[in-house]
Amino acid sequence: MVPLSWYIVLSALMFSIGVFGFLSRRNLIIIFISIELMLNSVNISLVAFSHYLQSMRGQILVFFVITVAAAEAAIGLAILIAFYRNNPTIKVDEINLLKG
Amino acid sequence: MLKYILIPLLPLLSFIINILFGRNFIKDKAHWIAVPAVAGSFILAVSAFMDVQAGNVINVNIYNWIVSGNFNVTIGFLIDQLTAIMLIVVTSISTLIFIYSIGYMHGDGGYYRFFSYLSLFVFSMLMLVMANNFLLLYFGWEAVGLCSYFLIGFWFHKKSAADAGKKAFIVNRFGDFGFGLGVILVYLTFGSLDYLKIFSNTGIVLGQTINIFGNDIDLITLICLMLFCGAIGKSAQIPLHVWLPDAMEGPTPVSALIHAATMVTAGVFMVARCNPLFSLSHTAMNTVAVVGGVTAIFAATIALVQNDIKRVIAYSTVSQLGYMFLALGVGAYSAGIFHLYTHAYFKALLFLGSGSVIHALHNEQNMQNMGGLKKYMPITYGVFILATLSITGIPPFAGFFSKDEILWRAYSGGELGKFLWLLATVAALLTAFYSWRLIFLTFHGRFRGTHEQEHHLHESPRVITVPLMLLAIGAVAAGWVGIPPLLMEHGDKIGEFLAPVLGHPHGEGSHAEEMMVMGMSILVAAAGWFIAYQMYVKKTDLPMKVGAMFQPLYKLLYNKYYVDELYSRIFVQPVLKLSDKVILGFFDAKIIEGVVNGVPNLIGAFSNKFRKIQTGLLSNYGLVMAIGALAIIGYIIFMR
Repeated sequence: MVPLSWYIVLSALMFSIGVFGFLSRRNLIIIFISIELMLNSVNISLVAFSHYLQSMRGQILVFFVITVAAAEAAIGLAILIAFYRNNPTIKVDEINLLKG
Repeated sequence: MLKYILIPLLPLLSFIINILFGRNFIKDKAHWIAVPAVAGSFILAVSAFMDVQAGNVINVNIYNWIVSGNFNVTIGFLIDQLTAIMLIVVTSISTLIFIYSIGYMHGDGGYYRFFSYLSLFVFSMLMLVMANNFLLLYFGWEAVGLCSYFLIGFWFHKKSAADAGKKAFIVNRFGDFGFGLGVILVYLTFGSLDYLKIFSNTGIVLGQTINIFGNDIDLITLICLMLFCGAIGKSAQIPLHVWLPDAMEGPTPVSALIHAATMVTAGVFMVARCNPLFSLSHTAMNTVAVVGGVTAIFAATIALVQNDIKRVIAYSTVSQLGYMFLALGVGAYSAGIFHLYTHAYFKALLFLGSGSVIHALHNEQNMQNMGGLKKYMPITYGVFILATLSITGIPPFAGFFSKDEILWRAYSGGELGKFLWLLATVAALLTAFYSWRLIFLTFHGRFRGTHEQEHHLHESPRVITVPLMLLAIGAVAAGWVGIPPLLMEHGDKIGEFLAPVLGHPHGEGSHAEEMMVMGMSILVAAAGWFIAYQMYVKKTDLPMKVGAMFQPLYKLLYNKYYVDELYSRIFVQPVLKLSDKVILGFFDAKIIEGVVNGVPNLIGAFSNKFRKIQTGLLSNYGLVMAIGALAIIGYIIFMR
């Protein structure tokens, strides 16, 4: 039996890696993947708690998260491609049209 | 009742119709509405006069104007003997001048505008004289001032006319400020604005004082002086006389109606109306008398050397108004009103006559460029002579009786009265001189204008000459209702008629003295004619010599004692400087513009700093978000 804390640690590690990737990488695709990593880390902790508390609520929420993540991926990638057509780059440093 | 309401209402209707439909529909037919309206007013005024003569003094409230707690003001008419005379004067002269204007203003672009303003003026003037309370009087007072402003600046595209209009309005502000305070003071003292309530209750102010800056001032004196302030402005007395000569920029019928016959006499009417108040204060009465006497001689001296035909008559008006105030000041209210009434006819006639001359000469007003008009304009010349005989006080013309009455009342009015009589007699000499000078320069000798003008010289059309002749009847005969008892038993009909309102003047004097005063007045009138005749007909080089001999005096008079220059230096320039340097240069540029420009500048400066935050870089936003999330988590874990 794996104790709950291990899942939590795993989830925290994954989340931190996601945050780090989000902040440090310049490639939009990688940033995108980092966001997915963060979402999935949350999923892990939700499932772990669901199991621990013997309640289905957490698992139901995970389905929602997965759905939202799928939708977000679809829309996000579409925006990315649309943007790339006008401005052939995927480096976030060079995407600064909203600079004040 | 309806009859009395219609008297002011008809001119008001004429105004409304002409101002609304004049520009597009009525145009040069405006007189078809205006003239019947005033003529109707005149007929109704005559009938009102008959009612009063039959002994019915009318005092009706028509409408509750302002009701607020104890403060009640009605729109109501008081038609007593005094008002009845004023009604006759205002409506009869208005009617004649309206007819005259048909000819005089013919072809003017603002023809309908002229008649609408003139109608509004008649309405306002009638409200002024018919009012039965001080607030309605004040309404009429300000409304005639407004019409005066409109009509002086009637030819507003001419800068001098527009300026003269403004000057008249602003100078009158000074007087009306005092008048307004006077009305307020009357209300505070008597608790009412209704004439009859106040005049029947004057006893309560006796001995009351009011404390101003630590000085106790007699209340009734203060009230009277405040009210008199308004009269000084409106009736162009020293020191606020400066607007009237400039007002001659308006069309001549306006000068005749507003600035000679009616509006400028409003001050005299008001003081006479308030005679129960004025009679209570010796100081106020003496002030009125002295201001009047000094103005009479002051303006007469200026008139001696002026060359603009209308300005001479304007100064003559100021001088004659001074006479009226002199009469009021010595307690001879009915003499003042009598002179108001005769003066209205002969002075309107003088103005309209000069208008006829100006018309014939195509807007030439300088008498030095006239001369010899006698044979071209016999009717104008004839009426001018009649008016001059009247104003200089030659019996049996109208001016003689009223002027003699004033002189006699002044003479018999005590110590101060003798001094005032002397002033008035000298002023009468000057009056005779400048009036005849005007005649001789204009009508005698040879024509001094251009050939072009001489070629076009002609007598004015009948629409102008007929009103002149009708006014001439007034200038000759108006005085016959006030023949002194010395000459005719019960001759002073107007004095007796006015006695219920204005009382009997009291004065001591023997018949011999009265004869002496009368003789003196005729003598100075004749002397004035003689001197003028010698100077301007016999020896025409004499005026130049005299002018050269008294060069400084001549210049002083010619420049009207430099009063305009003085006021310009004391009031106008500092105000202009203040508005230029302080208001425009400091307040407007620094404070107003400072605020208006400062606020956006401040916001701009701030936003210039803050916009740097928005880098447009995704990772920066992400970092801030992460730090924010950490901070919230940290707060939740450690702080709670």
